[in-house]
Amino acid sequence: MTSFATSPASVTAAPSAATPAETDDASRDVMIRLEHVSKVYPGTEVPAVAELDLEIPRGEILVLVGPSGCGKSTTLRLINRMIEPSSGRIIFDGEDVTEVNPDLLRRRIGYVIQQVGLFPHHTIAQNIATVPQLLGWDKNTIRARVDELLELTGLDPSIYRDRYPKELSGGQAQRVGVARALGADPDVLLMDEPFGAIDPITRDRLQNEFLRLQSELKKTIVFVTHDIDEAIKMGDRIAILGDQSRIAQFDTPERILAYPVDDFVSDFIGSGSTLKGLNFERVRDIQLADSFAVVEVSATAQETRAAFDASEEKWMLVLDAERRPARWVGSEHLARADFDITRHGVTVRAKVPTNATLHDALEEMLLSNAGQACVVDNQGRFLGILDVERLADVLKRMRAEAKKHYDLLAVENRSQ
Amino acid sequence: MRLRSNLALLVTPLLISLGALALWVNYQRADKIFQDRRALDWSRNLRPQLEQHLSITFWATAFTVLIAVPLGIVLTRPRYRRFGGPVLAVATSGQAIPAFGLLVLAFAWLGRGQWTTIWALTLFTLLPVIRNTMVGLDQVDSAVIEAGRGMGLTRRHVLRQIEIPLAVPVILAGIRTALVITVGMATLAFLIGGGGLGATINAGIGLSRDLVLVTGAGLTALVALSVDWLAALIEKALRPRGL
Repeated sequence: MTSFATSPASVTAAPSAATPAETDDASRDVMIRLEHVSKVYPGTEVPAVAELDLEIPRGEILVLVGPSGCGKSTTLRLINRMIEPSSGRIIFDGEDVTEVNPDLLRRRIGYVIQQVGLFPHHTIAQNIATVPQLLGWDKNTIRARVDELLELTGLDPSIYRDRYPKELSGGQAQRVGVARALGADPDVLLMDEPFGAIDPITRDRLQNEFLRLQSELKKTIVFVTHDIDEAIKMGDRIAILGDQSRIAQFDTPERILAYPVDDFVSDFIGSGSTLKGLNFERVRDIQLADSFAVVEVSATAQETRAAFDASEEKWMLVLDAERRPARWVGSEHLARADFDITRHGVTVRAKVPTNATLHDALEEMLLSNAGQACVVDNQGRFLGILDVERLADVLKRMRAEAKKHYDLLAVENRSQ
Repeated sequence: MRLRSNLALLVTPLLISLGALALWVNYQRADKIFQDRRALDWSRNLRPQLEQHLSITFWATAFTVLIAVPLGIVLTRPRYRRFGGPVLAVATSGQAIPAFGLLVLAFAWLGRGQWTTIWALTLFTLLPVIRNTMVGLDQVDSAVIEAGRGMGLTRRHVLRQIEIPLAVPVILAGIRTALVITVGMATLAFLIGGGGLGATINAGIGLSRDLVLVTGAGLTALVALSVDWLAALIEKALRPRGL
């Protein structure tokens, strides 16, 4: 996703020659650029959007997030000129579109709003065909496109094609809303709180499906929300906006969580940002504890006790014949005269695969008796132990790396 | 709901036929004097009056629709919205004048005849159609319009493909109101030489003959019911699916 998330994760890894900032600039292929864009409504002194500069990289989801009334929706609507900017320029794929016919511009940009706004007197197929029809596609192409989009968004064309919007649930309606926005295969999608009016369970599912869709489509997406958790989940990059759409911080979700630049941002992220940050690291990227005593189930009681005495930990792990974690054994088990390695001990519940996030791993650790989680491979074989100290190390490293990034930026700015 | 309205559409013509039959039977069985026969003569009086009545209704409604619907549309456009209040005020005062007074005013200005009646009734029924057109357009969900504009539909597209179709039920309801008012008011047309079934009702009163009075009034009622039924059919046919 970004240089930060994929950087080698061991604590000792030396920074590569290219700093994160440099790789970002080099790889940045800008799809939409706002230059000094302002919006002042007639009759008001204070601009709704003040001198906004924003670059939206091609193929990424940029989330605009901020408190209500900060101008994030206005900013979104400036891009497709639903609201005309008072000053500034809008560059769309290298072309200055500040003066072009706004209706023609909008046909090149998908638009999804919270209230969906399906045309109630048109069938689902007609709704999705809106822009292709405006662009004069022929009938057969449109029909094929409609079916393709319905399948893409998880709706069976044979069932839904000829239905009317009132026959759909909220979640289904927004699926159609997304399909309609993708109608003429635009490069850019503007989404204004698209999942805001949908119940939490359906919203979560739609978010996941949308992310899966985006991983195939690679559209450039500007996504507005007031929900920081949704921003963290959906965004390749997040712009946290303050009053008048001033950018408080613009960065990847993991770096914003690790290093909020000021009080406004950290207040907005709220508590628990550290925990949220754990979602961006995976178990396979961190070093596992190696001081744990491990015995195989074939060991005798004597060997087991010897191994336990040699270890500093309070628990030791018994593996089964396939080297899968079986039981935790502690001193009270070993003290028994009739100790039987095949029967005694606490069954291991906390097992995490290597592709799990650290957040998932932490949850497993908290639920387990030993306060540790066994990391296993695809076949369920034991790889190592994850404990709280390792997690704390990771968090420290994330914060340090983010801070280094911002310190570097500050140095660059000063030298300019 | 839908079943009930369909049922009403079927029952109304049945009621109308029954009413017509009742009027006919009543006429056949009544003791008739010369004046009755003369006043209720089909080809000399009733048919021409019926035709006048229908043509007054048709033309007055047609002019109302031709004037009021475009006016209502224009008055909901952002540029002209500020004129909406004044226009509605004028139209309301038009309707506040008693219909009889309006007819007399029209008579004083335009002279006797059917066309005077038609213009007076047109003026009288502008209000419900203008108002319903404006209300119908204003109640279209702004999110639907926003989505349409956001996809690159022009203002004209939005008006023709979204706003007007979605406002059709409300606009038609206004036109139906206008129709029913016109049918009723057309009974006064005879006062200024416009003809219509009012003449027979008036003759019944003048002659103190209940048979004439009842037949004239009954026919007017049947015309009103038929016109309303036709309007309901049109409303049903033009109502967009999916609403």
